Amino acid sequence: MRLDVLLRIGAKLVLPFILLFALYVHFHGEYGPGGGFQAGVIIAAAVILYAIVFGMAAAERAVPVRWLERMIPAGVLIYLSAGVPALFTGRRFLDYSALGADAAVGHARGILWIETGVLITVASTMIAIFYAFAGRGRS
Amino acid sequence: MKSFQTFVETYNYLVTVFLMVAGLYVVIARGNMIKKLIGLSLFQTSVYLLYLAPAKIDGGTAPILDAAYTVYSNPLPHVLILTAIVVGVATLALGLALVVRVHEAYGTIDEDEIFAESEEP
Amino acid sequence: MPTLVLMVLLTLLAVVTIAIIRQRNLFGAVVLAGGYSFLMATVLVVLDAVDVAMTEASVGAGISSVVLLATLHLTNAREDRPAHSAGLPLVVALVVGAALVWGTHTLPPFGSADGPIHLHVADRYLATSLSETHAPNVVTSVLADYRGYDTLGETTVIFTAGIGVLLLLRGRRA
Repeated sequence: MRLDVLLRIGAKLVLPFILLFALYVHFHGEYGPGGGFQAGVIIAAAVILYAIVFGMAAAERAVPVRWLERMIPAGVLIYLSAGVPALFTGRRFLDYSALGADAAVGHARGILWIETGVLITVASTMIAIFYAFAGRGRS
Repeated sequence: MKSFQTFVETYNYLVTVFLMVAGLYVVIARGNMIKKLIGLSLFQTSVYLLYLAPAKIDGGTAPILDAAYTVYSNPLPHVLILTAIVVGVATLALGLALVVRVHEAYGTIDEDEIFAESEEP
Repeated sequence: MPTLVLMVLLTLLAVVTIAIIRQRNLFGAVVLAGGYSFLMATVLVVLDAVDVAMTEASVGAGISSVVLLATLHLTNAREDRPAHSAGLPLVVALVVGAALVWGTHTLPPFGSADGPIHLHVADRYLATSLSETHAPNVVTSVLADYRGYDTLGETTVIFTAGIGVLLLLRGRRA
């Protein structure tokens, strides 16, 4: 029996709950502590745990680097796109009142929209930084 | 009791200044680049403390609105420091990437050794 | 009672800082920095800054430690004895410390509700956050709605740092 059986089984058991907790922190960021940044870092922590326990090859099969390269700017673009509908109705950029019939509903939608953009950018940046450090050979 | 009260208030700010000075000392006195970056992050966290201490109100609670509370801590420094924390870790990652490249180019990450090596004719 | 807890935690922070400075083995310094980050998150919870505490714990003790350990793996893990004496930096640090202590004299008393920081726009955000944004967490509504431009800048900074690290370190495989 290999010595890391406990680590592998424990990581496999815990990883889905970490991802679920990250989603909880993200969607409940308006009702309790949390938001896009914390959720993004928790998702990155889950992927880093998977990479540490199962090896870089398995992690790069699960979360390929090409996805990350596209997700980092995608998050910033999602953020920017939350401000564009306001321009079409004569308001200022990033005015969320244009995102819904009622101003308050529009603001709530806008907050969730940009937090999703922040989540995608932060999670993929942290994972990409870890891949870059861990994949570099020793001189 | 008044002097104890003032002691308590000054103690918080004294420890914040001590952490700041300790971080600054590590950055300027130690030559190892990783140690310098750790000292920089110590300095940054002490600045967060300096910003967040005045935001607390006695008898208040966290700024999450609820019908049971009327006094909340000031949310504006919290927002500012949230941004600062994430920007701090981004610059730490970039600094450490530069340290890795410096190590590959010079074989060492000690500042004094690099300067001595570059001064040789 | 919270003040006593705060004082004890701050004393622990100072002790851990001294340990980090004197620790010559960098692996030990990184682990102590992770412990420092968790202590700082606890201090922030006592100061009622719960959002900031969650961010500090996850980012400081999580990502920072991982990136520092990865760098230690790629370089050597020992700090040598400093080549020049520590006299001048110590004097500079003490002078800066004295100036800062003199500067904190005029800060408002800890926990007071009438310092200048509370007098301007914070009450307006606390009063209108629920009705204008349906978000009870005022920190999120200020971060994402009232001060949304700054968060856009912050996301761009994270993006730039990620691109920078990828440019520097992508290439040589293990």
